[in-house]
Formats: sequence, C-alpha cells, structure tokens
Amino acid sequence: MATVAAAVPVPRAARGAPLLLAALALALAAAAPLYLSQTPLNLLGQFLALAILAIGLDLIWGYAGILSLGQGVFFGIGGYLMAMYLKMQGLQPGQLPDFMTWSGVTSLPLVWHPFESFPLTLLLVFTLPALFAYAFGALVFRSRIRGVYFSIMTQALAVAVSTLFVDQQQLTGGSSGLTGFQSILGHSFYANATQIAFYEVTVVVLAAVFAVAWYLTRSHFGVLLRAVRDGENRLRFFGYNPTVFKAFVFALAGLCAGLAGALYVPQNGIIAPGMLGVVPSIEMVIWVAVGGRGTIVGALIGALVVSYAKYYLSSAYPDFWLFLVGTLFVVVVLFFPRGLMGLAELAGRALRRRGPPSET
Amino acid sequence: MDAAAAVSQLFNGLSTASILLMMALGLAVIFGLMGVINMAHGELMTLGAYMAYSCQLLFAHLAPAAGGWSYLLALPLSFAVSALLGWAIEVALVRHLYGRPLETLLATWGLSLILQQSFREVFGSNNVFVSTPGALTGGVAIGSSIQLPYVRLFILALAALALVGVFLFLYRTRNGLMIRSVMQNRPMAASCGINTRRIDALTFAFGSGLAGLAGCALALIGSVGPTTGQNYIVDSFMVVVLGGVGQLLGTVVGAFSIGEAHALIEYFTSSTAAKVAVFTLIILFLQARPAGLFPSVSRALD
Repeated sequence: MATVAAAVPVPRAARGAPLLLAALALALAAAAPLYLSQTPLNLLGQFLALAILAIGLDLIWGYAGILSLGQGVFFGIGGYLMAMYLKMQGLQPGQLPDFMTWSGVTSLPLVWHPFESFPLTLLLVFTLPALFAYAFGALVFRSRIRGVYFSIMTQALAVAVSTLFVDQQQLTGGSSGLTGFQSILGHSFYANATQIAFYEVTVVVLAAVFAVAWYLTRSHFGVLLRAVRDGENRLRFFGYNPTVFKAFVFALAGLCAGLAGALYVPQNGIIAPGMLGVVPSIEMVIWVAVGGRGTIVGALIGALVVSYAKYYLSSAYPDFWLFLVGTLFVVVVLFFPRGLMGLAELAGRALRRRGPPSET
Repeated sequence: MDAAAAVSQLFNGLSTASILLMMALGLAVIFGLMGVINMAHGELMTLGAYMAYSCQLLFAHLAPAAGGWSYLLALPLSFAVSALLGWAIEVALVRHLYGRPLETLLATWGLSLILQQSFREVFGSNNVFVSTPGALTGGVAIGSSIQLPYVRLFILALAALALVGVFLFLYRTRNGLMIRSVMQNRPMAASCGINTRRIDALTFAFGSGLAGLAGCALALIGSVGPTTGQNYIVDSFMVVVLGGVGQLLGTVVGAFSIGEAHALIEYFTSSTAAKVAVFTLIILFLQARPAGLFPSVSRALD
C-alpha cells in the first residue's frame, strides 16, 4: 500500500520540498511565543508534547503493525517521574511533599530519593519507560503473542498500572495525582518565562524525535519494520530475530511516550492516574489513525487536530464528545483507513491530473 | 486465619468466575471462528444487565403483584436483545473489516464508546440496582458461620447451563457442525457449500447473546452502570488467552483459575494487588505455555 506513493517518480525540484516545509513548520513553531498569548501557547505546547508520543506509536503501529493499547502507561511513567521532581522543588530540608503529610508518611520513600536531582530525573524520564517497555515487550513477544493478543495484553497492562497508581496513595498521591508545583531550578513554575522555556524545549525535542523517526523509517531499519508487519515468519527465516527487534521498537515507542509525559506534565500542571488508563491510551491510537498511520507526519498532525478538537468539544459539549470519538473510530477505520494523509494524497493526485499539461 | 471467611471468599470467587465464563465463552467462540475481538462485548453484557433492570421497572409499573417474576422474563430477553444487537454489529461493521483484526478491534471499541454514552442517555449515569427475586433470597447454611447465598448458587447453575448449551449447540446441531468446520478451515468449508457469512453472523449473535446472559447474572450480585462492561472485557479476554483459543475446556479452566486466583489474592491483600498479581501471573504463565492451557494443535505457521 505504502509503496504506491514511492513508485510515482518525483520531479527533482520537488525532492527538497518536504525538507523546506519541515524547516518552515519548525521555524513557525519555535517563534510561536512571539505571536501567541500565554494560554494558547500553553495548550499548543501540551499538544506538541502529545505529538511526540504519537510519532512513537506510529513507529510501532503504522510501520511494524504492532497495536499498543497501553501507551498511556509509558506516558504516565515519564509524567509521574517529572512530577516527582517538581514536587521535590522548593521544599525545606527534611520537609515532605504535601500529599505525603496528608496520608501520614513520615520519611521520604526510597523511590522518591533520585528525584531530588535534576540530571538524574532527566535521565530517568525516558530510560525508565523505555526499559520497562523493553522488558514487557521481550517477555510477551517471546511467547509469540502478537496481533490482537498483544493489543489486549497492553490494555491489561494499562488496567493494572493505572489501578496500581490509584492504590499506592502514599507514593503517587492516589487518584488525585500529583499537582501544585511551585518552582523548577529556582524559577517560579507558573512564570511566563518558565512556561515559554517548557514550550521551546518541547519544540526542540519534538523536532529531534521527528527527524530520528523520519530517518529511521527511510533506512534499512524501516524496511525491517515493515517486514515485521507484512511477513514476520519470512523475516525469521532470513535469519533475523523478530522478538528482539520488536521489543526494541516497542521500547522506542515507550521512550517517546515517556518523553511526551515528562514534557506534558510541566505544561499541564498535573498528572493523575486518569491520564494513563485504558481510555486515554486508546485515544492516543485515534490520533495516529486520524492523521494517517505509517507516515510520521500524519501522527503529528493527527495528535494536534484530535487533541484540539477534544479540548474544544469536550468542554463545550461533554456528552457529545464520547459519541463523536466513537463515531470517529468507526468512520476512520471503515472509510478512511489512511486518515488525513490519505485524503491529502488523493486531493493532490486529483489536482495534478487537472493541472497544466506541461508536466507530461 | 478464619476458615469460614476463606470458604465464603472462595465461593464468591466462584460466582465471579461463572460470569467470566459466560463472557469468555462468547468471546472465545467468536475469536476462534473469525479471529476478531469484539471490544463492544462488555457493552453487550451491560445491555443484558440493563434488560434485567428494565424488566423490573416494567413489572413494577404494569403488574406490581408479580414483581418477583420479572427476572424470569429478563433471562431470555437479555439473551435475545444482546444477540440481536450482536447480529447487527456483525452485519453493519465487522463483516466489512474481514481479515483486518486490529481494525475490527478499533472499530468495535468506537462502537463501545457510542453504546456507553447511549446507556448514559437512556438509563442515567448513576448505577442502578436489580432487586433479588423472592425465590432467591436467603441461602444454604453450612455449619454455623458459612452461608451460601441462593443468588450465587443460581449464577453458578446458570453458567453451567450456558456451558452445556454451548456444547450442545456446537457439537449436536447442524449449525454447530458448520461453525466448527469454518473454524477449522474456512476456505474448505466455503468450497463445500457452507455460507460462511451466515455462519459468521450466527456465531456473532450467539456469542453476544451469551454476553447478555452474563450481564443478566451480574445484575443479581452488583449494581449496573454505563461502564460496567468495560471492567470485564479485559478479564474475559485474559480467560481466552489463558485457556487457549477454540477449546471449551480451556475457557472453563481459565475462567475458574482467574476468578479463584483473584478471590484468593484479594483475601490476603487488596483488590488492586489481586488485579496486578493475576496479570503478572498470566504473563509469566504464558512464558511456559505460550498457547495457553489447552492449545489447539495445528501444523499451520500462522
């Protein structure tokens, strides 16, 4: 399916176009603080953070055909780790985060100690989700669990982890989660400049993740990803070990999700178990489906469009939102399996056909 | 530890397992036949539970004197209504996604969201209760401290009946024979003149009806809300994974292992810990037996 586009010869002049377009989009995003006020900027920053997760999800689902319904778990791990660091900021020596005092904890739990350090937090927010994803992936793929089986396993993981986070109140703040951040690195948390810094970091990380994903999918690695999707056993007969390979891609997606969580939390101001359960995890899938899977760009666009639609519609018509999201799933899957990107391609082809005859 | 409390807990686990079994039987038959997971299976269960509630309302309105009998009508009605909706889902949605199991999963998930919101619009977002029929109040007392409620005994009997029903349907009827042949080899069955589309729709309706029946049973031991089904879909699929696809015995053993393991671990720790522990145990178990307890033997690679 995806090879159709590649088979159409691209004029030499058009080859640089995607690069130019990407540079333009990056410049536009990076300059957003100049033309957006604080609230829309903050929202855009959150959506861009979510787009990082969507790119990771597109790598495993769009390219390798592994549908994960548990990306919220890795997103949540990244988010919680960042939130733990933020909770430790601005405390007197020996003082505990507020929710711990409320639930009667008297000394800092062991797992919280690493988050007194900023560099260590930065390291852990993406390595821990990636390692966890690798361990889970390796165990499950080793049993040759694939397809819908794997999807259900990841959903069960989302159930287990989100209930665990609610249950461990003295460690995680229970169902109300972690919030009430004061400062970061000595700067006031809600100051305009701090929030702009969060935004710019998000743009940089997103650009880097996008570039890496773009490169990976166009390299030998990308061929292997598609081979896993289209003929895993054939790949095995060629001498590759799909188990390790799949676990690695799953870890990569987990890494993206962890990064997304760590960047989302400072801009959203709260992380709670409700953001990493079954329902948010599956909503992440719809971002990629709407944008058009297997394109990387589609994942990014889908995450932005659907997140904005949710923000707008779920506050204006909360009852209507569930109907809409449900219908969106059904309609996209049935009628637009290639999402917005597929529609854009169709439109482009129609235009070209009607365009000036000078091309031929 | 208190032996009487432990026995009661194990007995309660038995009724959870019974409901899981009825859910999983439907899922397993559909999955075994078509290779798709119906994520709206949980909502079909909720629909069954709401049918029990509707019957109760109907009787209270029309014939208050006979209110105790409403559940007797609810049983066949919950099966029929869920089966009808399941049939509609197959014809309108699942059929068009044949051979694309992941897409089917997503589309039926979308449908489950729509159904949840519909339940909310029709029955309200608060949980509703179904009162215990008069004939099922009380229980069998064993010794002085253990009481086995009739309601839970009834659910156990219903699950056993459903199991026998599924067995007879699959192994003693003409339709069942056709279902099994399509399960084993779809193209060959089609070549022999079996209308596989009709068989798919029939099986989907039958499995959905079982989910409705499970919901009807669930209404007896707990309250019913729009998202009730969602809590069961993952567990019941775990039963299918643990038991092995396409094996009735596997589904039975899987349902009772998960139900009892959950009840036991919950007794010593908490409900959350039990959930996490059972999930971890299943993952570890699959390391030893990837195809479940009773794998179906096949020489095919995929």
